[in-house]
Amino acid sequence: MNLKYKWMVVLAASLLLLTACVGQSSQTPSLSPSVAPTALQPPMKTESSPQPSSEPQTLTVMTHDSFAASEEVIAEFERLNNTKVNFLLSGDTGSALNRAVLTKASPLADVFYGVDNTFLSRALREDIFEPYSSPALADIPDAYKLDAENRALPVDFGDVCINYDKAYFEQKGLIIPQRLQDLIKPEYKGLLVVENPATSSPGLAFLLATIADFGPENYLDFWKALRANDVAVVNDWSTAYYTNFSGSSGKGQQPLVVSYGSSPVAELIFASEPLSEPPTASIVDKNTCFRQIEFVGILKGTAKRALAEKWVDFMLGVSFQEDIPLQMFVYPVNSQAKLPEEFVKFAQIPAEPAMLPIDLIDQNREQWITAWDEAVLR
Amino acid sequence: MTFGLRRRENGALGAVSQRAGLPVWLWAAPLLFLGLFFFYPLSAVLRLAGEAALAEGLKGAPWSRLGGALWFTFWQACVSTLLTLLAGLPAAFVFARYRFRGKRLLSALLTIPFILPTVVAAAGFNALLGPRGWLNGLLMSAFGLNYPPVRIINTVSAILLAHIFYNTSVVIRVVGSVWAQLDNRLEQAARSLGASSWRTFLEVTLPLLRPSVLAASLLVFLFDFTSFGVVLLLGGPRFTTLEVEIYLQTMQFLNLPFSGLLSVLQLACTLSITTLYLWLNRRQPVPLSPRLSPDGLWSVRRWRQRLLVGGVIVGITFLLLLPLVALALRSFLVISPEGDLSLTLAYYRELFINRRQTFFYVPPMVALRNSLAYGAATVTISLALGLLAASALNRRGRFERWMDAILMLPLGTSAVTLGLGFLVVFTRPPVDLRSSPWLVPIAHSLVALPFVVRTIQPVLASIPSALRQAAAVLGASPWRVRREIDWPIATRAALAGAIFSFTISLGEFGATSFLARPEYPTLPVAIFRFLAQPGDLNYGQAMAMASLLMFICGLSVLVIENIERK
Repeated sequence: MNLKYKWMVVLAASLLLLTACVGQSSQTPSLSPSVAPTALQPPMKTESSPQPSSEPQTLTVMTHDSFAASEEVIAEFERLNNTKVNFLLSGDTGSALNRAVLTKASPLADVFYGVDNTFLSRALREDIFEPYSSPALADIPDAYKLDAENRALPVDFGDVCINYDKAYFEQKGLIIPQRLQDLIKPEYKGLLVVENPATSSPGLAFLLATIADFGPENYLDFWKALRANDVAVVNDWSTAYYTNFSGSSGKGQQPLVVSYGSSPVAELIFASEPLSEPPTASIVDKNTCFRQIEFVGILKGTAKRALAEKWVDFMLGVSFQEDIPLQMFVYPVNSQAKLPEEFVKFAQIPAEPAMLPIDLIDQNREQWITAWDEAVLR
Repeated sequence: MTFGLRRRENGALGAVSQRAGLPVWLWAAPLLFLGLFFFYPLSAVLRLAGEAALAEGLKGAPWSRLGGALWFTFWQACVSTLLTLLAGLPAAFVFARYRFRGKRLLSALLTIPFILPTVVAAAGFNALLGPRGWLNGLLMSAFGLNYPPVRIINTVSAILLAHIFYNTSVVIRVVGSVWAQLDNRLEQAARSLGASSWRTFLEVTLPLLRPSVLAASLLVFLFDFTSFGVVLLLGGPRFTTLEVEIYLQTMQFLNLPFSGLLSVLQLACTLSITTLYLWLNRRQPVPLSPRLSPDGLWSVRRWRQRLLVGGVIVGITFLLLLPLVALALRSFLVISPEGDLSLTLAYYRELFINRRQTFFYVPPMVALRNSLAYGAATVTISLALGLLAASALNRRGRFERWMDAILMLPLGTSAVTLGLGFLVVFTRPPVDLRSSPWLVPIAHSLVALPFVVRTIQPVLASIPSALRQAAAVLGASPWRVRREIDWPIATRAALAGAIFSFTISLGEFGATSFLARPEYPTLPVAIFRFLAQPGDLNYGQAMAMASLLMFICGLSVLVIENIERK
């Protein structure tokens, strides 16, 4: 590397730095609540200047591909805060988090939503979040708060459960399996399709359910028995559900699939002809489902801390929380939020879902997946 | 960093242009493009991986799986390429030499498989060959079986079949466009000198086609070599290739040192394969006058010709078009829980309604507009750069041979790694992936450029230098020679290249999904959103959107091909 080249790099770097600084200073004064705080919008800290700005600011939210919300709910936030919200949809749960981790030196967004309890420890270990004790946490039961420092704040929860094709079991006169242990019985030979935990988030959750149920010493025996019982393994949820599962529109071959506890309600809502009840249901006995809790956090290094706080408050507030079930088919954590009618009627929330400590998951994830891979696939 | 890159490029170019007497601008734009959008992001990721490796070492690297993955990657790519050639060459011959009804339509339809997102292709294969698909249903009712006799999904056969499905049109187009312009009189001369038709083919036609067959093989091989979706979705979890392993290590295990190592390994393989191709292709191509308007198309008269043309059409239809038909049909069918079928337009109607008032609702016309806009931008970028590069490659010095290999690299590079590079590097204006809509067509152009170069370059190389010299002697400037001799001859190939870039862009999902702003979704992105939620309407709408994508693809190809005739 010669001297001239070095100079160019230094020059380029200082130029970039300069533009970054200019960008920051022009953004800071516009952090202003242009509208009086409402019940939804807990009072802001007084750090922001009072003048309303006419030019809307932008807030970038990095999240996974499954993120969804109503237009009017997003519009409400944008209007109240004179803000344009940009979403960066960054792949599935694992990919989105890893993209955030790999870009933490110069973060792509101000807020990250969608890390779940299976990946939470990685996010905390990589130190991508700034702590924020949102006043909205008051309405959220402590059971969902897995980070004592409030770097990651709970937003919603859902369960990965086995769905079954009601018609199939009725026609064959088969009893529906109750516990995971039942799945290795000969009458269920070749009836279950699961996702590869290395490539799929529900696949990983189901593996964790078996570890919680049978213990880290014995879960592989269960999987070996399941393999002998002709379990089908595919790489992603869409293939499992639409290609293999007989209860979906794909009309596949297996009447049992690892999916979500709320999938039957979705089948009802997205039916092409109105149905009186869902064609599928979930198995929700003790330890058959794995509980996933999703979190939001303010990304370290954001230049828009105050606005990011408002977004977090907003996501935990009643209006967004009540929007969650019909958009993302998971449940709100805010105890004040009411569930939509279809969910009240047909949702099956397991009373005793499987869970594992987040640190234990973080320490063993790779080893568990590798061992599973050896036992089930090779 | 870009300053540095640009400077070095200029240095290298300076030396070469002096030696070869080439204007620098021919190389400047393609090199700048590759430097900024390929080498810069790639080196940023590899540096990140290198730093991580220095800090934590190569711990947790599944070495035991590496050998198997490497072997399987090569094996499936070789077999897939051979099978694709076997399926594509007879079809290329029939399309290049015979006149038959519905030829243009069939040729447009055969392009469609190339653009199908893998999830959709998987659904098509399943509807056709799956345990409850048409074929098994037919066989079960015909022979009274109570189990599906054909088990192909999640086997090696599914991977090979899907690769043939995707790439046969590459062979048909790359070889066919050269074959159609071959001078018939050479073969006629051989025949009149007493050579059998077989000997004429082996000793006259094949040597003339050799560069294009090699070019098609290289494209298909690299495509299969870095195949990701097909292996993941149709092969299932028992098969892993280098690309799948890179994805797992990067996106699931966050093992950057190991994934970086794998990326370098993959890059080295791509470079060796391309070098092998260049070595095989080192002989000067036989110069011949390409025919500007292909005359002498044969009509199908004798029974042997009928058998050949009919056989090829039927075979290729079964292989490439039946999965598409299965998909399109599914978008018009409702299957009741009892298994009864009824026709419906509900899925298409529903596409236009934002029933859930969701923020990410994609109006079909908006997705269509975005897809077409990205496609048009990709064609413009890759065709402009491709024409420059192809005509610069026409002089075969050592530098050109290197450049030839380098131009192919993006096709054989991990999309996961390169995509990560975009995220790491393009985070500030003027190239900010959060605000610039240009990164999508740029990413598409990286993949399309090798196709454009490989379609145009063999054609340019086959132009006899006597033709250029004659023009020069008559007083034409080098620029005018290019404009009046090279480019008219290259137009047909350029159109084939345009079709490739357009269809690559139309069907691409991986890069689009995280480079495109959610406000500018494309048709494949919309299909994925539907397939990510349960429910009959979601599935049906995905099929309807996929049918729309197939229709638009076929239509666009017809339109582009029509330009040629005018």
